[in-house]
Amino acid sequence: MIHSLFIINGSGDVFMEKHWKSIIHRSICDYFFEAQTKAATPEDVPSVIPTPHHYLINIYKHKIFLVAVVTTEVPPLFVIEFLHRVVDTFSDYFTECTEATIKDNYVIVYELLDEMLDNGYPMATESNFLQELIKRPSRFSKIKSKVTGISDTVSSTLPTGQLSNIPWRRTGVKYTNNEAYFDLIEEIDAIIDKSGSTVTAEIEGYIDCLIKLSGMPDLTLTFTNPRLLDDISFHPCVRFKRWESEKVLSFVPPDGNFRLISYHIGSQNLVAIPIMVRHNISFREGSSGRLEMSIAPKQTMGKTVDNVSIEIPFSKSILNVSLTPTQGKYSFDPVTKVMNWDVGKIDVQKLPSIRGNVSCLS
Amino acid sequence: MDINFSRNGFQNSFPNERSMATGGDVETATDPASSSFFSNDYKRHDDLKDMLDSNKDSLKLEAMKRIIGMIAKGKDASDLFPAVVKNVVSKNVEVKKLVYVYLTRYAEEQQDLALLSISTFQRALKDPNQLIRASALRVLSSIRVPMIVPIMMLAIKEAVMDMSPYVRKTAAHAIPKLYSLDDEQKDALIEVIEKLLGDKTTLVAGSAIQAFEEVCPERIDLIHKHYRKLCNLLADVEEWGQVVIINMLTRYARTQFLNPNLEENGESEPDQKFYDSSDSEADKKEVPKKTYTMDMDHRLLLRASKPLLNSRNAAVVMAVAQLYYHCAPKSEVNFVAKSLVRLLRSHKEVQYIVLSNIAAMTIQRKGMFEPYLKSFYVHSNDPTHVKLLKLEILTNLATETSISTILREFQTYVTSSDQEFAAATIHAIGRCASNISEITDTCLNGLVNLLSNRNENVVGESVVVIKKLLQMQPSGHKDIIVQMAKMTENIAVPMARASILWLIGEYSDRVPKIAPDVLRIMAKTFITEEDIVKLQILNLAAKLCITNPKQTKLLCQYVFSLAKYDQSYDIRDRARYLKALVLPGDQPSLLSKYAKKIFLCSKPAPVLQSRFKDRDQFQLGTLSHMINQAAVGYHDLPMWPEVAPDPKVRDIEITPAHVPSGRIGKKIKEKKSFYSESDGSTTTEGADSTASSEEEDDDENEEVSEEESSESEGEDTDSEEEEEEEEEEESSEDETNHAPIKSVVNTSFESPQRTTSKQEMHRPKLISETTESSEEESSEEESSEEESSEEEVVPVKKVPEKKKKIETKKKVSEKKKTDVVNLLDLDDFGPAAPAPTVTVPFSNTGVLQPMSGEVTSAMSAGSNFINPTTIHVQVEQPLRELLNRITGDGLYIQYRFTRTLSAFSPKFTSVELIFNNTLSKPLENIRLKDKKLPTGVEIDDFPIIPVVGGGSTISSYMSINFNDTTQAATFNIGVGDKQYSVNITAPVGELLVPNTLTDNDFKSLMGM
Repeated sequence: MIHSLFIINGSGDVFMEKHWKSIIHRSICDYFFEAQTKAATPEDVPSVIPTPHHYLINIYKHKIFLVAVVTTEVPPLFVIEFLHRVVDTFSDYFTECTEATIKDNYVIVYELLDEMLDNGYPMATESNFLQELIKRPSRFSKIKSKVTGISDTVSSTLPTGQLSNIPWRRTGVKYTNNEAYFDLIEEIDAIIDKSGSTVTAEIEGYIDCLIKLSGMPDLTLTFTNPRLLDDISFHPCVRFKRWESEKVLSFVPPDGNFRLISYHIGSQNLVAIPIMVRHNISFREGSSGRLEMSIAPKQTMGKTVDNVSIEIPFSKSILNVSLTPTQGKYSFDPVTKVMNWDVGKIDVQKLPSIRGNVSCLS
Repeated sequence: MDINFSRNGFQNSFPNERSMATGGDVETATDPASSSFFSNDYKRHDDLKDMLDSNKDSLKLEAMKRIIGMIAKGKDASDLFPAVVKNVVSKNVEVKKLVYVYLTRYAEEQQDLALLSISTFQRALKDPNQLIRASALRVLSSIRVPMIVPIMMLAIKEAVMDMSPYVRKTAAHAIPKLYSLDDEQKDALIEVIEKLLGDKTTLVAGSAIQAFEEVCPERIDLIHKHYRKLCNLLADVEEWGQVVIINMLTRYARTQFLNPNLEENGESEPDQKFYDSSDSEADKKEVPKKTYTMDMDHRLLLRASKPLLNSRNAAVVMAVAQLYYHCAPKSEVNFVAKSLVRLLRSHKEVQYIVLSNIAAMTIQRKGMFEPYLKSFYVHSNDPTHVKLLKLEILTNLATETSISTILREFQTYVTSSDQEFAAATIHAIGRCASNISEITDTCLNGLVNLLSNRNENVVGESVVVIKKLLQMQPSGHKDIIVQMAKMTENIAVPMARASILWLIGEYSDRVPKIAPDVLRIMAKTFITEEDIVKLQILNLAAKLCITNPKQTKLLCQYVFSLAKYDQSYDIRDRARYLKALVLPGDQPSLLSKYAKKIFLCSKPAPVLQSRFKDRDQFQLGTLSHMINQAAVGYHDLPMWPEVAPDPKVRDIEITPAHVPSGRIGKKIKEKKSFYSESDGSTTTEGADSTASSEEEDDDENEEVSEEESSESEGEDTDSEEEEEEEEEEESSEDETNHAPIKSVVNTSFESPQRTTSKQEMHRPKLISETTESSEEESSEEESSEEESSEEEVVPVKKVPEKKKKIETKKKVSEKKKTDVVNLLDLDDFGPAAPAPTVTVPFSNTGVLQPMSGEVTSAMSAGSNFINPTTIHVQVEQPLRELLNRITGDGLYIQYRFTRTLSAFSPKFTSVELIFNNTLSKPLENIRLKDKKLPTGVEIDDFPIIPVVGGGSTISSYMSINFNDTTQAATFNIGVGDKQYSVNITAPVGELLVPNTLTDNDFKSLMGM
């Protein structure tokens, strides 16, 4: 399936390669670079690039490319999902997955990749399972290895070989303080037309958990109105049957961070958008224009709206903007042409607004 | 940088030096055996060798780490092979691990030296630790050295039989490795694969199928026997395995079942019919000609894969979607749309792939995605290729009803700053216009409006699209052509200019005055035009010259002579050829007579098609589908067979007795619970606590208790009180106490009352679920159906004493029903260890009461039939009615088989009688009278009961020797001076000598 993996940074350095079958020379990446130069932004690089003898399937995340080489027919989503799982695992091990962290921990990275795939086929992808095989680098061990020169990324004794029955949970978890945290995150994706009316709005929700519980806890989570959730994807730990019959989430959680469910509420439902933006941009003849924008809460059900930030991607012909916000700060990146306005909390009495001039190519 | 690297400054230390990439290019792979002593490499790696040769593990480790760094960087470290391979015997696990990594990378290049390490692996293959066994096998099979093929084969064969599923999984991975090394081993490997396919562990299933797919995908016959098992296990297999299995089963379904969409009306059949197992046999025979009925196994596959649409893994969802698309009746495919639309919120790469697949699906099955039209609206921050795909889908989905909203949406897209996207939108509008005849004029007008757009690209694309539309309906539209002719001067986009020129040339008869003028203008700028425009100018000139030679002949000649000296040979050729046709000069050639026919014939209108039109030849979700060309190793999806192959090949020999089938039933429950747990562990784990067997009635409880370490069982009782409060934070320091979380385990270990009430609550549902699931099974598993539904009944019998009396009647009737079907009354398999000791409250400690079960068994402990543990296994038995309250004039007698050994002889069956006086006055002198017994049957009377008080209950014991028959023992019971005739019949199960099995024993017998 997956033959080799190349990790490439933004400037085109192949800074790590790993082969699970015979060696494929890194010159194969030239096909990728060719596609990369054609694309306007890194996001536009096609995910599947056919070459005469190989197929390159790549993902772009955290400003690095992971390019997998496959030689035979394989579902492309299979490879893409796996690459994302690799990134997630790195993020889990090194708190973030960037070029720097990968380079700093190249031995662990290499060992992880070795465990995750065998002969190109996923072997162990559950973070909990991997942690039984390869220790997560802690700050302490880092300091220790710096000072003493001894490092112990691999546990000095192999685990007893008692692998957990449920692949997603480690055995022998112990905490003095047992705690569990749940984050409920909802994102609204909406398209609003010029006149301000909503064309379509969808909700994507997640329940992210941080579980620190000893032993083999078995949790249940109930909702007051489970009917809303009709399109869900579950972490494998959730008992599907129980949800089908009782609409109760019942599960033995993995240890640590994980995403329990994600759900989707489609455009058929009515979605209340908590914020309203009024804006007006006009261009005068010549090389300038005027931008005005104000924000107001809307359908908040009595809750305050805070942590608001606004992002405006300007057209490429905009040179610069000079604006004055009534609250918060703004910044403009002249390379990507994106204006960021950190508004913060919205005060209903004094609605935040921003206005000023934009200068553009004549 | 770090200390580690500082001691060799010149050495390449991994993280901080950037020059390495360039350095690596200079370095060439040298053969260390011949030249290492003289090359720079030797010096470069000298220190590493020293470190590897040292005695200190820390130094070795440091060296290995740096070597791994070199490998990771893609630098050559092969000259270190001899030094590294020595360390394969290292005791330090970390060093060893890194040496393994090194070996898999370089062994192929240094085959002879690699052989030195083989014996180490062979030893490790026998290690008691499963992880070491697995990793040894993994490295051994990854060393691509042809010489060790026999060793690998041996190792794989042994690993397949390994106890640990993890090792077996590794073995499955090793099979394709060996196959790629030496394909002559195929036959032997197929045997191994066959063995692995039989593996019941979910951990192994996916890898086994992957090996099957890589080695012998053509041997579809190997799957038959395991087909049903695979379907049932599907939900529990790890996600990657699910993808592989579903893809394989898609292929399987296409070869083994009939096309469900062959008859259009076939799909209206209600699902219910398929579930009905009694019909299945008849249906299968009818299949070929009459109405289409889906094969049971086909249905099983579709049903088993459906829950996977809720997987978090996009690849799994996609696999299920393509399975339904390719193998399900059309009417059932629609619900996969919802899950696919959900994936659109995933990573952009996933989005891209899913959208491409949706785009291909929308061509064939428009209706599927119509309800989700709005989900395909373009977001401003989508990458361009995603935008284009969404546009494609919107265009495919457009119908008369939805076109107005789509067009409104398109209007916004046209103004997008993304040029490519805006241009594509205009093409999309053109396609909508050509597909939906009602709106063609509207679209055309809209496009003409766009001609006055400020953006040149938009105008250019509009022209091109208008040209195509006009070509499709050539009548009329003179004004549009006129307007476009006027624009020739302003439009710079070459393609657009060319289109206009072509239009004018083609329809010059409609604009006879303008056309020559346009040619005149174009002739002036000919030299500066792009090639494509030049060609069209030549075309225009030729056409005009034929239709209107008077005005244009000179112009035409001028243009041709300009073209004659053009730089592009294409244009020179064209000019020469046209000239010969149009301006034949003195001697007209044969062809020039037909010039008019050649140039002014009516041309076929272009068909505006989706670029996904021909994707249909590839299976959805595959790489080939994505790149629209067959990838290496791609096999076309087989066509449905005309006649279904024999469905019986999937029948497994019916396993004797009910026990194994009960096992199957249990597996189904696990599957339904969407709760992945490897099967192998169920057997081993479940065995170590007898308590867990108690929960076989409730699948949730059961599994949890298996995972639960036995230590926690006792302590959980203190958490009863928290039952209602979810996730209550309790600061118990006890590590085994899980009180803060309300868990299913906790409830199940609570006091009997709690348990019962809870289970009762669930009971109706559970029964219905199991029966449903069993019904869906094929007929051979019918016995499991009975059993599993009975298992659900069990909890009722744990009803607390208070409720008992009310419940009894109901239970008796229930019991009777099940008894009819079940020869062996097995309903007591469930409750084992902490069964409530029910006997106590009933035995009113009459003076003459015979010994209770405990005493009995204690007395006859000498008998070798008896397991000493019998004493503790007090099994609650259902009560049966012996004497009706009405016929007995107020005396109500029930009996039950106690399943304890009778005090008299093992031949006797002990029966407990419960006398209930429902009257207010006491009944006296209850005794046994006139026995009318068949030969061989004996009764040991119960002692005379002097008095039963009004409304009170007394129990007593009697023993009957049924002489191993099911004949009734008939006798009279005398009360005072009245007599009542009663009889007791023992079901076969009650005639057996009670014997207690531990859970382990029970499970070990199940395979019998």
